[in-house]
Amino acid sequence: MRAETIEARVRQALYAGRRWHPAEIAFWLLAFAAYLLFPRNLLLLNEIAILALFALSLDLILGYAGIVSLGHAAFLGMGAYAAGLFAKHVGADPLAGLAVGMGAAGLLGLLTSPLVLRGTDLTRLMITLGVALILYELANSFGSLTGGADGLQGIMMGPILGLFEFDIFGRTAYLYSLSVLFVLFLAARRVTNSPFGLSLRAIRDNPLRASASGVPNGRRLAAAYTLAAAYAGAAGALLAQTTQFVSLDVLDFHRSADLMLVLIIGGAGYLYGGLIGAIAFKLLQDVIATLTPQYWMFWIGLFLVLFVLGGREIIHGAVQKAAARFARLGRGVGR
Amino acid sequence: MNAVLRTFDLCKSFGGITATDHVDFSLEKGARHALIGPNGAGKTTFVNQLTGVLKPSSGHIELMGEDITRLPREERVRRGLARTFQINQLFATMTPLEMIALVTTERLGRGSHPFRALDADADLVAQTADILTRFKLDDITDRQIATLPYGKQRQIEIAAAFAAQPSVLLLDEPAAGVPEAERRELMETVDSLPKDVSVLLIEHDMDLVFRFATRITVLVNGRVLAEGTPDEMAHDPAVRAAYLGEAAHV
Amino acid sequence: MLTILFDGIAYGMVLFVLGCGLSVTMGLMNFVNLAHGAFAMLGGYVAVLAMQRLGLPFLASLPLAFLATALVGIVLERLVYRPMYAKSHLDQVMFSIGLVFMAVAGTDWLMGSTQQFVRLPAWLQGRFEIAGIGIGRYRLFVIAICGFLAISLQWGFTRTRFGSRLRAAVDDARVARGLGIPVNRLFALTFALGCGLAGLGGALGVELMGLDPSFPLKFMIYFLIVVTVGGTSSITGPFFAAMLLGVADVVGKYLVPQVGAFIIYALMVALLITRPHGLFARARA
Repeated sequence: MRAETIEARVRQALYAGRRWHPAEIAFWLLAFAAYLLFPRNLLLLNEIAILALFALSLDLILGYAGIVSLGHAAFLGMGAYAAGLFAKHVGADPLAGLAVGMGAAGLLGLLTSPLVLRGTDLTRLMITLGVALILYELANSFGSLTGGADGLQGIMMGPILGLFEFDIFGRTAYLYSLSVLFVLFLAARRVTNSPFGLSLRAIRDNPLRASASGVPNGRRLAAAYTLAAAYAGAAGALLAQTTQFVSLDVLDFHRSADLMLVLIIGGAGYLYGGLIGAIAFKLLQDVIATLTPQYWMFWIGLFLVLFVLGGREIIHGAVQKAAARFARLGRGVGR
Repeated sequence: MNAVLRTFDLCKSFGGITATDHVDFSLEKGARHALIGPNGAGKTTFVNQLTGVLKPSSGHIELMGEDITRLPREERVRRGLARTFQINQLFATMTPLEMIALVTTERLGRGSHPFRALDADADLVAQTADILTRFKLDDITDRQIATLPYGKQRQIEIAAAFAAQPSVLLLDEPAAGVPEAERRELMETVDSLPKDVSVLLIEHDMDLVFRFATRITVLVNGRVLAEGTPDEMAHDPAVRAAYLGEAAHV
Repeated sequence: MLTILFDGIAYGMVLFVLGCGLSVTMGLMNFVNLAHGAFAMLGGYVAVLAMQRLGLPFLASLPLAFLATALVGIVLERLVYRPMYAKSHLDQVMFSIGLVFMAVAGTDWLMGSTQQFVRLPAWLQGRFEIAGIGIGRYRLFVIAICGFLAISLQWGFTRTRFGSRLRAAVDDARVARGLGIPVNRLFALTFALGCGLAGLGGALGVELMGLDPSFPLKFMIYFLIVVTVGGTSSITGPFFAAMLLGVADVVGKYLVPQVGAFIIYALMVALLITRPHGLFARARA
């Protein structure tokens, strides 16, 4: 009798991560509804969706595997250039280009994964930064291929699935990016609640204990890093395809730095942090850009400093209080 | 004579310090073997080499007759060698349930599956439940490990090692830091380990050692000083001399 | 070719002065301070402004750059860095990036984004030949000053009481505190010294490396290379790392100009693969 109860409890506890919280369903419904609700801001929404996917990819390695990276833009850039070049020289099908972008970035991730497995946090920071800088220099130098500092131009995209043409209002773009984000999100959700995902959490918490429990740390981390790279590549491909342009800036340091900011705003380790952070960051950026277009870097820097110094606790405290009040309201209504 | 774990002329030096000095060691099947010695004798260093945390300077190690000296840590666990740590090494943000599930799913060889759902695995659920019950962790399954009392954490440490279904279990000072009141439960757990699991216990608590062990090896300055039954060791003059300074523990 | 080598050594000397402060503070405070370049930039601008607005001679602007930056370092350490010591490395990185962004944008607003120049005194201009090697006077001056600094820092680090307390605190701050060493004051002083050196390096470097608001971002990787490759537990480690970096960069850019910058990044990645704890780090047991 007792054994049965405990088995049920084990099953329930292991299922808990997979259960869809009503807030999640509301989030995605709202995301798709935004297409109808904000028809004039679809270009901005498209950027948010792409940034959200990029942030999701960083969450996979930072929030779940504990790898600190200052060069994640390398994969964004790899995916963007791969998809852009594919569209220009091989074929204009968006989904094929997306696959190419993900594949190229994933491959780069796989090849560089041995580098991030060794050494301390600092070494990892340096190596990831170094790889991104190398890529930047390469893209800059091989201008005949990449367009150099002028960027890769003249990318013409065909219709998605042969049916949906890209338009200048960003209608197709937003739904395309959002759908890709959603599908990849679902996959990520599955992975983080799988045995593989559990082992990543174990490695993050205590690598010594993880290997003493039979987890091959190196292999799992390499797999996670490759997956995250592929996701970032997808974001890059979407960027290239929806804006029909790849700028050298896509490999710039500030991309990686901004991304870290996005993730720490939303919080790492629960998959939604990157998405929420992306929304907050883009809105913040939009507001600042309209006020002081030239010096927005200053305000972002100030925000970052204040956030880390104590702002995070204040914001999270306020959010928690608001959420609690919300929950009480809900309970009150139910009664 | 049926040795499950053996070392042959094992040596380990750190710069000028010899931590392990030509150690020949043998653990019998079903053993209740204790490794004792004064502080700094090199006991934990020895266990670290057995489990692959440290690389020996020379010599080799055999598990079930197979040379494992070059094998990475996780491979040794897969072949049935598990350990507990002197200082708790747990997954702080997980619950005991999740931690045991992790060890179990690795043992079942399913740790790398990226899409399988944890709760859909019947073997995993059943075996995790079994371990939790056996180690009396069923009332705290959902509490975060970092919030639990030290004695309970120590229980989890042993449960996690056991969940790997080892044939050889190395316990590194399981009673260390455990308050008197919680020691009893711990000792019962150690006593109730199945007879077919060969256990090597490192301990300072002589009470626990003499209660538990049928064979004792004494390590001093990285060398094996003496080996024999508890009775023999208690009367060996060299062993008593080595422990004159350790009187507080006896 | 030897001239190129000489130039590389001069460049490496400046990189050493710039990077060794970061190396010691990182080893001491275990704080990843990516904003170090901002202090260097500050020193550069102080020197330039002192010469342009106050009419100070070049030699006098150097100690001014050092002092001004050290002062700013003390203030910032007390106000803004201290609460960050206990936070995670990620938070520290983000914090220092925020400072860099603020410094870069702030300087752009205050000083404009054009390159700044120093007018060197006549006796530092030009070059002379020795055995076929072109010796730039300014570069020789830089080597002399930085060499002298390197020697005094090494002496101070290894032979003074301050130095041994510093080394103890770097090794293990908790134990050092227990021994009665005033670790907090040590932190503050060392941080100030590190910043001052950065400022001095920035001032010296205007002639060799240029100066504009993007300086901290452009050269951030260089300082980090000096620290990761050279390790944080000595003065000699960063010295050799800076030398290696300086020479490799100058020689690389001369021999293969298209991919010049790329060479040091590749070198750094290769070095870190083979020696993840730096070329000169002691094995931490």
